This record gives sequence, structure tokens and C-alpha cells, in this order.
Amino acid sequence: MNIATTTEFICFISLSAIVIVGSLGVILLANIVYSAFLLGGVFMAVAGLYLLLNASFVAAAQVLVYVGAVNVLILFAIMLVNKKEELKPVKGLQIRRVLSAGVCAGLLALLFQVDLTTPWALPGPEAIGEEAIVRIGEHLFTDYLLPFELASVLLLMAMIGAIVLARRDVLVSDVVTGESVDQSLIEKTGAPFLIDKSSS
Amino acid sequence: MVTSSVTTSQVLITQGIDIELSFNQAMEGIGISPDFSHLLWLPLPMLLVLIAAVIGVLVTVWLERKISAAAQQRIGPEYAGALGILQPMADGLKLLVKEDVIPKRADGLLFTLGPVLVLVPVILSWLIIPFGQNLLISNVGIGIFLWIALSSIQPIGLLMSGYASNNKYSLLGGLRAAAQSISYEIPLALAVLAIVMMSNSLSTIDIVEQQNSAGLLSWNVWRQPIGFLIFWICALAECERLPFDLPEAEEELVAGYQTEYAGMKFALFYLGSYINLVLSSLLVSILYLGGWGFPIPVEWLANWLGQSIDAPLIQIINGSIGIVMTILKTYLLVFLAILLRWTTPRVRIDQLLDLGWKFLLPIALANLLITASLKLVFPFAFGG
Repeated sequence: MNIATTTEFICFISLSAIVIVGSLGVILLANIVYSAFLLGGVFMAVAGLYLLLNASFVAAAQVLVYVGAVNVLILFAIMLVNKKEELKPVKGLQIRRVLSAGVCAGLLALLFQVDLTTPWALPGPEAIGEEAIVRIGEHLFTDYLLPFELASVLLLMAMIGAIVLARRDVLVSDVVTGESVDQSLIEKTGAPFLIDKSSS
Repeated sequence: MVTSSVTTSQVLITQGIDIELSFNQAMEGIGISPDFSHLLWLPLPMLLVLIAAVIGVLVTVWLERKISAAAQQRIGPEYAGALGILQPMADGLKLLVKEDVIPKRADGLLFTLGPVLVLVPVILSWLIIPFGQNLLISNVGIGIFLWIALSSIQPIGLLMSGYASNNKYSLLGGLRAAAQSISYEIPLALAVLAIVMMSNSLSTIDIVEQQNSAGLLSWNVWRQPIGFLIFWICALAECERLPFDLPEAEEELVAGYQTEYAGMKFALFYLGSYINLVLSSLLVSILYLGGWGFPIPVEWLANWLGQSIDAPLIQIINGSIGIVMTILKTYLLVFLAILLRWTTPRVRIDQLLDLGWKFLLPIALANLLITASLKLVFPFAFGG
């Protein structure tokens, strides 16, 4: 074993440990903010695993999309809501916990079974390294064109939906109940959000 | 159309100075195995770049103090060294020995981790900054994309320190910083994409090479004037420099996400923001102003003087000109950024977001479209 493979092995072990411990933390920690930050750490470690597989473009895209966009948005949502609320204790919490742990353990056992019975072709295909960007581009615009376009249509739909939900000022009546909406609660550009009602 | 990385690196080795190769040969000369000499080589350029980044920050801080003084008709630092040139060192030393205060109700772990997460991606981005043909740490294929990806980590650090401070101003500052980074990242990436389209490569080396065929005239700034402006505005916004320094607007938020910080942790934020400024200026000079290229190609000058470009002396002069040109262009941009900081008023948060989403984003998209069509129509001038 030379220096390069030893380093690679150590990196692999530590990255895998971060992924496993981090994901457990995401699920088990009570503080939701810690969970969100840990999720970012897990995404970074996954990017590191991609890097070990010589897929530098995928690693950078992972960082950009999952850490830079998804995780930041999750944090944003948590911090903007940030409600201190006393939650009612759920009945039979212990039984629920045991049941969900059992389901998860079953899924894990299934995964292990699949992993151990599948004949993996080792060593896998040769990594193409830096050429990967060109190849990914070629695939996206030839044989994977339809999924690529469908994904963009899906994103467009999500975006339009978000805009419709966020543009509250056009709604005169509530969509669900049909009651008229209190227009003074709606934020308008140029007008202060909290209207001073004491003077009227 | 696209040369594979192997052939490019072979070309690079045959022409120009390659210090790594010479180092490895010297190490083999004294009987050290190639593996081990590579291991010895690895930390050297990293250390060099780290030192370069820190010195760059010290110079920038001094410039900031002096130029702000000139803009306000003061003298500025004067007694610490000639022209106050040691003032940034004194500032740094003061921050280094200051007590490290963690507020009692703050979240100690996240409070400490925040500044680190802000600084580390910025320093990592120096990986792809070339000061000459072979003068960079690593010519990674994803090049400029690595910088875009790394700079998207920063908002997490800002949110983390804003949240952990347990202070409403800090939280608001962190949220503002993250919102600002996210909205200006998109036009920034689109401006970079137009450049990448023209040079058919993400590698910073290839981007500079492609601009240096005819000296000053072939710089990207002439082919991408709109992209240049978009990139510069977005870079200023990403660095939180004054027209866009809302996250730390003194009059509104005390000091934003850094309100509760003191000592070395504050110094990490300070260092991070200045390293980011120098880095952004370096990237503007690499992407738009020809990087290490002299306004007149050195090959022409060598031909005119009747010298071969491969002569050792010419090679050394060429390399030195490269470093000097990169630093000169960078500091011209840093000067511009400092002048902008001390002469422009701050925008409001709604103006900031309007500028990013309603103005820069459509313009950047249009710029990309125009670049693509120009590339199809004039492949000789826009990189076919």
C-alpha cells in the first residue's frame, strides 16, 4: 500500500463515519437547528465521497445545490419561523419510537441483504476524471434530453406555484373557506407592514 | 475542440517554467523517492498562497485606511512605520491578544464554528488562482466552478454565527447576508458561464490563455462588457462591500452577524471579508482583464528584440511580468472597490433585492444568449 492509497483509505473511512454519525444526528437530535446544520455537514461529506471517486464535477454540483441552496433554504425557513411553542406530549411516544426504530432496522436489514447478495463488478468502470464535464453535457443533450427537460418543467411548475402562493395581495377571498381576507394584514410594497390602528 | 487535460499538461510542461518538475528532479537527485518528494512538495504552494493571501489582506487594509482618509481629507495612519504601513500588523496583533468573549446565552459550539465556515471556503478558493502559466496550486478541470460552489458555503457560516449569537441584530444580519449571497450568486454564475462558453473550458488557465492572443485587445472585457459589469457588481455584493453592505449596516444592525464577536473570532470575519475582496478582484482580472498577460504579448516583444521565447532569461522575465501584471490589475480593482466604498451611499434592502432579481438576472440571461449567438455567428472572435 503506497501513500496515495493509504490517504484515500483514511479519507474514505472518515468521510463515511461523518455521513453515518451526521445522519443519525440529523434524525435523533431534538434541536432542529442542529439537525439542519448537521445535514449540511452530511451533504459536504457526500461531496467528499464523490471527490474520492474522481467525480469532481458531481462533487462541486453537490456542494452548490445541496449545501449552497437546499440547506441554506432549510435554515432560512427554520430561522424565519423560529417559534417557541410548548408542544403537547404525544400519547404512547415510547411505543411509537420502538415501532419506527423497528421499521428502520428492517429497512437496513433489507439493504444489507441486497448489498451482500448482489454480485458487484469489481473493479468498477474506469473513472474518466476531468473529461466528465464534457460527457455529462453530451448525455444531457442527447439520450437524457427528455428527463432533463421534464425536470426543468417540474422546477418551473414549482416556481410558479411558489409565486402564486406568495402573491397574497391578489386574493380578495380565502381560497379554502371563501371568507374575505383581512387586507390590512397584507404586506404592500411602500407601505409599512404594521398599520397603526390606535389612531383610527 | 476540447483538448484533454493530459495533453494540456504535457504542453504546459514543455513550455514555460515548471517549478514542481524542477523540485521533484532536485529531490530525486539527492535520492528521495518520487512519492515522498511529491508529499514534500504538496504543502509548499499551499503555504505560499496562504502567505500571499494574508499579505494581500494587510496591503488592502492599509490601502483602505489611507484611501478612506484621503477621501475624507484626513491623513490616516502615519506613525506605525513609514506612511503607517505597519498599521494593519498592529491591528492584527491587537485582535490576536484580545480576550475571546463568548456571550453567556450564546451557543458556544456554533458560535465558534461560524467564523471558521466563513473563512475556510474563501481560502480554499485560492486553489484555482493562477499567477502565471504554471503558478497555481492545482489546475483542476472544474476550475472556476469550484469557486462558485465553494462561495455558496459561506452563507451557512453567516447564518450559523447570526443564530448562535442569540441576538436579534445578529440574526437579522445573518439572514440578510444569506439572502444577499443567494440572490447575487445567480447573475454571477451566469456572467461566468458566458466567459466559459467563449473559452470552451472551466479551467482558469485556459480562460487566461484564450485572452492573450493579441494582448490588450483580446481581453474578455471588450467582448463581455456587460458581463464584466454584472460580475463586478455581484462580486461587490458577495463581499458585502459598501454599496451593498446591508448585513453589517452600522446604523441599522450595530454590526450585523459580527455584533457579538471579539478577538480572534472577529478577526476571522475581518480576514475572510478582505481575502474575499482580494480574491474577487483577482477573479475579475483573470476572467476579464487577461490575468497574467501583459498588454502587449511578451512573445511579440521577444521577437522584436530578436530573442527566443524559450531562452531561460526571457522565461524568468516573462514569469515575473506575469506575477506583477496579475497583482497590478488586482490592486487596481481593489482600489476601485475601496473608492466605491467611501464615496457611495448604501442601498436599501428592497433596492438590493430588486437590483439582483429584477435587473441583473434578466440582463445576465440576455448577455448569455447574446454571447451564445455571437459565438455561432463569429466563431473566430468568440471562441468557436
